[in-house]
Amino acid sequence: MLRTIRALPTLLRVGFAEAVAYRAEFLVWLLSTNMPLVMLALWSAVAREAPVGRFGQEDFTAYFLAALVVRLMTGAWVIWELTYEIRQGTLAFRLLRPIHPLVAYACENLAAMPLRLGLSLPVVAALLFTVGERRLTHDPFLLALFPVTLLGAWLITFLAMSIVGALAFYVDSAGSVFEIWMGLFGVFSGYLVPLELFPPWATALARALPFRYMLAFPVEMLIGLQSRQRALAELAVQWLFVGLLGACAVGVWRLGLRRFAAFGG
Amino acid sequence: MRRYLRLLGIQLRASTAIALQYRVEFLGEGALSLFWSLWSLVPLLVVFGHRPAVAGWTFDEALVVMGWFTLMKGVLEGAVNPSLTSVVEHIRKGTLDFVLLKPADAQFLVSTAKFEPWRVVDVLGGLALFVVAFHRMGRVPSPAHVLAALALLVCAAWTLYSLWILVVSAAFFVVKVDNLSFLFSSIFDAARWPVTVFRGAWRVVFTFVVPLALMTTYPALALLGRLDVGTAGLAVVGAAAFGGISRLVWTRSIGHYTSASS
Repeated sequence: MLRTIRALPTLLRVGFAEAVAYRAEFLVWLLSTNMPLVMLALWSAVAREAPVGRFGQEDFTAYFLAALVVRLMTGAWVIWELTYEIRQGTLAFRLLRPIHPLVAYACENLAAMPLRLGLSLPVVAALLFTVGERRLTHDPFLLALFPVTLLGAWLITFLAMSIVGALAFYVDSAGSVFEIWMGLFGVFSGYLVPLELFPPWATALARALPFRYMLAFPVEMLIGLQSRQRALAELAVQWLFVGLLGACAVGVWRLGLRRFAAFGG
Repeated sequence: MRRYLRLLGIQLRASTAIALQYRVEFLGEGALSLFWSLWSLVPLLVVFGHRPAVAGWTFDEALVVMGWFTLMKGVLEGAVNPSLTSVVEHIRKGTLDFVLLKPADAQFLVSTAKFEPWRVVDVLGGLALFVVAFHRMGRVPSPAHVLAALALLVCAAWTLYSLWILVVSAAFFVVKVDNLSFLFSSIFDAARWPVTVFRGAWRVVFTFVVPLALMTTYPALALLGRLDVGTAGLAVVGAAAFGGISRLVWTRSIGHYTSASS
């Protein structure tokens, strides 16, 4: 444990250096996160004459810009590395090191955050200026809670990716399992459609699934759609999911590693 | 010409033979893409659950656009994407040498290298959406409109292919291009919506830079019988221009190919 903590600064530094080295690739990845902007254009067209539910054009702008920010800041890509390294057998090198591979992956992903932040901050500025402060929550408590919800959202994303990626220990096509996950994410996280606009039963279903806590929850809190009480309750659910997925990830890893046979290398 | 047709036949046969070897995957992937076609209807249903029409498009008409999107996605992922992804691999590893040595046009060879026949499911899904949409509208598209739509389908596929050639040409300069393909499909995703929904900068980008309008909206309009002749002509000219430019860029780029030794 202590050893892992001592290694953290170095791991983060290495991760940051890597992020800087592949900055062009990074930019392309960022650009391909354009879905919230497309959905923003679409929903603004829908709301042009009259608001949809309690969403007017301005609300949609605030919602999808906030969604873009949250999405950019909670990105993880561990699954691609994981499935690749398991198939190629290069995971063996990671196993030789005296820290848990999941911690190493997490550091690599987190270390890219400063670069991501630098690129997504202009979006935050645009959000503040175009929509005005009217749409954002003024509650200092909720604003303070926002980073915590972001961390929770990132952890859910990362842990879910680790679990699905660890399926590569058992099956060849963990990638297509993840595609299904992403499909469910698109609908139930509020990425394409604000969850309120679904029929009530679908909204209720979304509350019971982890996807909502990866995106819609922080977004709705930031643009002031939630009271303090609701936010706290949802925060508890979010971290419950984090704990659940964390335990799951560790378990799946332990089981999967028993099957791991390094090829080549 | 005859020789190239025969080559195309051979390549198709080889791809089919490979696909038939993985029958379980065929079923799995087929079911998966059917699921995707239905799943991607969800935002459409939600939007039109709140409004009878958006930017002059009723639900049934938007469904026709969605049908074209599904169909083009099948074309993209079944006929265009697989071979061109393997070009990138060739360039990275330096094995493009073997393609260049063959006595046929390199662009033709790399573009037909691999097909994924089970993507036919997407094409069928698109056709099913047309049937549903026109059944709901209670009419049948006239033969002339179908012909116009087919002509535009060829233009759309050609434009899509040309865009992909442009993307692949970039691989000669920046080797890591697999995420460019990811970017491309993320942009293509916007084609499921009629282009008139978008305004300002988005409309310009989707009409001229990445002509999504040409790929789904115009064919849909043609099938609905709402496309005027001028726009159709422009679409044909646009597709031809894209094809010419991509050929030019490809021949230029391939001059930059320096084989990699391993």
